[in-house]
Amino acid sequence: MVINTREISDLAREIRIQILHTIKGAGMGHIGGDFSVTDILATLFGSVLNVDPKNPNKSDRDRIILSKGHAAVALYSSLALRGFFPVEDLKTFAKPLSNLNGHPNRNKVPGVESNTGPLGHGFPIAVGTAIGAQLAKNGSRSFVIMGDGELQEGSNWEAAMFAGHRKLTNLIAVIDRNGFQQGSPTAKTNELDPLDKKFESFGWEVCVVDGHDYAALHKAFTDPQTKPRAVIAQTTKGKGVDFMEGKAEWHHKVPSAEQYEAALEQVGKQ
Amino acid sequence: MSGKLEEFDNRIIFAKTLIALANEDPKIVVVCNDSVGSSNLTEFRDLFPDRLIDVGIAEQNMVGVAAGLANAGFTPFVCAAAPFLTARALEQIKADVVYTRTNVKLCGMSPGIAYGELGPTHHSIEDIAWMRALDSLPIVLPADEAQTAEAVRWAANMIGPVFMRIGRYKVPSVSLGQSPAFIPNKAMRIIDGSDVTIIATGTLVSRAVEAAAQLKTEGVSARVINLSTVSPLDTTEILAAAKETKAIITAEESVTRGGVGGAIAEFVVQNHPIPMKLMGIDSFAPTGSATFLLEHFGLTADSIVASARELLKHGK
Repeated sequence: MVINTREISDLAREIRIQILHTIKGAGMGHIGGDFSVTDILATLFGSVLNVDPKNPNKSDRDRIILSKGHAAVALYSSLALRGFFPVEDLKTFAKPLSNLNGHPNRNKVPGVESNTGPLGHGFPIAVGTAIGAQLAKNGSRSFVIMGDGELQEGSNWEAAMFAGHRKLTNLIAVIDRNGFQQGSPTAKTNELDPLDKKFESFGWEVCVVDGHDYAALHKAFTDPQTKPRAVIAQTTKGKGVDFMEGKAEWHHKVPSAEQYEAALEQVGKQ
Repeated sequence: MSGKLEEFDNRIIFAKTLIALANEDPKIVVVCNDSVGSSNLTEFRDLFPDRLIDVGIAEQNMVGVAAGLANAGFTPFVCAAAPFLTARALEQIKADVVYTRTNVKLCGMSPGIAYGELGPTHHSIEDIAWMRALDSLPIVLPADEAQTAEAVRWAANMIGPVFMRIGRYKVPSVSLGQSPAFIPNKAMRIIDGSDVTIIATGTLVSRAVEAAAQLKTEGVSARVINLSTVSPLDTTEILAAAKETKAIITAEESVTRGGVGGAIAEFVVQNHPIPMKLMGIDSFAPTGSATFLLEHFGLTADSIVASARELLKHGK
């Protein structure tokens, strides 16, 4: 299938711009992980997901569960730009009594599927939505997006084992493999590799892709499956802004006025 | 355990009710953790093989999968031994079920000290305190067969999370032909009285009934309330007990700290303080059968009677 990657890259640029505005306005956020997951979200929301902003709870919708709930601003920006709620609302992020909490809340934000934040929660939930879709025979697919550091949580491997056992061909686990957890590289903290072999041994098929290549991501998200699929998206934390890329301190640093202007200029050209 | 009345294992009526509900409603599913046998679900699995999702020994995944099934439009009953359900998967219960408000029915099987000799790792005495701490989670403790059937049916038909305890060892009927036997959000006053109120839950309700009968022979009028719903607390009934009787005894198969006794004491002390005695299990149990342990911890009709005498003596 030929896809228009221009549309996806336009969406990705707009998501990054909204992330910058939102985090600058709130004075808080997880900008590094937001930027590493942006192209994954843009590909899913721009060209893959069967979702309807006017009917966010339609029963046969595809489920997208952001297990790395700390990237809430990337999800909020994607949902707003897809019309789930006004882009204007992003200005309320993290303000007192805002619907847009530091972590997403299903009961307050259309398009959010579960109240994630503590890590290792989204994967089992996506296994449940995938089983539910098979029972309902409605063609719904489930996507769970996880950080790589998050895979140190044991609950994910309970879910991986069970999904492999059930041969859930309507389930895709996307790993935002930016190589960093909060404080340091994953490889220095608790090594995850060989991640592909781990998933394969749990009964999964694995695609390792450039997590910023829209065509590759699209193919990984849409090719027919014979097993549950892990998409290991090799990403760069802080992607899109040269002075943030690959820097652990941008996990949740807030840009200064000068950094914000410089970042906006770089992102705007993409 | 009273030895006189016919006694019932509530897991049997629980499974029978689930099967009836599943026949009526294709959205009813079961999620369990290698607990088909201990939850008495063999017949359910035989009848609805696709609708019993056994995740194996993996409680975090079990509760997460149930939350996902609820998101997909199903009504999952999670059936697992109470200690492993509530302790191992507590964060999934908090975030994926209660905070997200998914339509998941959490069924803690064989709660309290039902597992007797298997020891404190397998006892579930903390579950009520943990579940009570969660925002707006209904907590239901059916005391007998009739209440179990009605409570399970109510849980299936209401939308939202519920935690309920399903007892393991046999207990006599305490509803005594009351219909309905279970009223959601209501405490059930099963014996009226004016001197002292005994508020009991689950397996201890039949012992409270025995205690009231003994007290009657001593000229003491004991009210017995079956607190089959702990959250939300039926404050009207508790306030009436505080105003109309001289003392309150609570009896539960769980820790009183944050448990049923704690719940009632929190309300009574702020609204109409009267003397209280909280009876429960506040330490890890020694080795012994469930019957032995109930006696060891003073959860017997005789101990309840003694507590009533003591409270009323001080009240004079």
